[in-house]
Amino acid sequence: MTADCQAQIAAINRAASSEALIGAVRSLAAQQSPAAIPKLIEVLGYNNPGAAVAAVDGLIQLGAIAVQPILDTLDGYDYGARAWASRALAKIGDPRALENLLAAAQGDFALSVRRAAAQGLGQLDWAQLPEAECQVGQQRVLTALLNAVQDDEWVVRYAAIAGLQSLAQAAPYLATSITARLQQAATEDPDLAIQGDRAGPWSS
Amino acid sequence: MADQQAGLTVESAIANLRQTDDLGLRYYAAWWLGKMRVGDRAAIAALLAALHDEADRSPDGGYPLRRNAARALGKLNNPDVAPALVACLDSSDHYVREAAAQSLEQVGNAESIPALRQLLAGGVAAAVQVPGKPHLAQPYEAILEALGGLGATEAIAEIQPFLAHPVQKVQFAAARALYQLTGESQYGDRLIQGLQAPKLPLRRSALIDLGAIGYLPAAEPIARTLAENSLKLIALKGLLEATLRAHPEPKLHSDSGQIMALMDGLL
Repeated sequence: MTADCQAQIAAINRAASSEALIGAVRSLAAQQSPAAIPKLIEVLGYNNPGAAVAAVDGLIQLGAIAVQPILDTLDGYDYGARAWASRALAKIGDPRALENLLAAAQGDFALSVRRAAAQGLGQLDWAQLPEAECQVGQQRVLTALLNAVQDDEWVVRYAAIAGLQSLAQAAPYLATSITARLQQAATEDPDLAIQGDRAGPWSS
Repeated sequence: MADQQAGLTVESAIANLRQTDDLGLRYYAAWWLGKMRVGDRAAIAALLAALHDEADRSPDGGYPLRRNAARALGKLNNPDVAPALVACLDSSDHYVREAAAQSLEQVGNAESIPALRQLLAGGVAAAVQVPGKPHLAQPYEAILEALGGLGATEAIAEIQPFLAHPVQKVQFAAARALYQLTGESQYGDRLIQGLQAPKLPLRRSALIDLGAIGYLPAAEPIARTLAENSLKLIALKGLLEATLRAHPEPKLHSDSGQIMALMDGLL
């Protein structure tokens, strides 16, 4: 661990105010050091939204290397920390988070988590999986996102449609069935914002 | 609360609202009928009756049940309730007046405009804090927003001075109304400036106002504002829907495409 990392971790541990904590978390996140990962994950459980946002941003920047540590910690988390962790996983897009994101998109209590997970399911980096596993995974994502298009919250439906658009681009063999479902949403959804056509090579 | 909600039906909610033994059940039932948008005659009759309740009193002399009933009536999409809400604008309870003004905007009945204008009497000079209370003489934000939403162009001259009211949220409400009434960009731009306010509650307020008026030049400033993504998404949804209403076909328009791109970045 570099001296800078240690200094920032010490600053987090002794932060006496919310501002000081957020500043120290930002500085640690900016190090982009794998040694910062456990502390950034710990911060997700501090019940401080500003600090959590900074930690999530740092974990997203770190990317794939942060995925396994996050997954390993998920079960022990309290509710709020799990929500932040799911957001980080959604943005990183590593397919190892598939199970977590499938569950979060369809079942999480917090709409911000369902929203992030639905969008994240569309952004998974499928190239990391063998082809057979990839198709099974894409089918499961399709089913989950088609469920999320029925969510009570407009923003989750919106995110699911964004996710479906990304999925159609990543998996063109699914584009026809996705387009049909989106055309249905364009006429049936109660919110006008959901009815807008989305740009995309598959949607003309 | 969740247990109560799970057990409620339209009939039991109306019955809860009509009984007088358990004030908590009545209060909850009034809220529930609004949330579920139960617009049938029996529900409306029970809510209108609740506007005259004398049993449920707060320590400061307010009427909690009346507040909830007035809020619920705004959600039922029935212009016939406007006269009862107009009568609430004379209530001794500030929060009943506020709920009534908000609901009158939602109900969309322009006949309530004169009564709303009455509450601006005395202008900014009269719009001072009530001694010992956390609020001004009238619920000015709700009144100004209602006048804007109801298209009360005859009130423009009375609204303008509120741009200089010492309370910034009142200024925002005036700018929001004046944009709706005039379409002039100076008022929308003023709300964009509000997105830079040092205090988060003010930035949130400006986000909500810009979403409500669907002011297109605000799209990128909204996306950049230091506030929760959830609120920025709601504001951008307001802009997107304004664009889609202005350009119903085709539903993909360059403005709406840009707004969606900003929204996607906030998911």
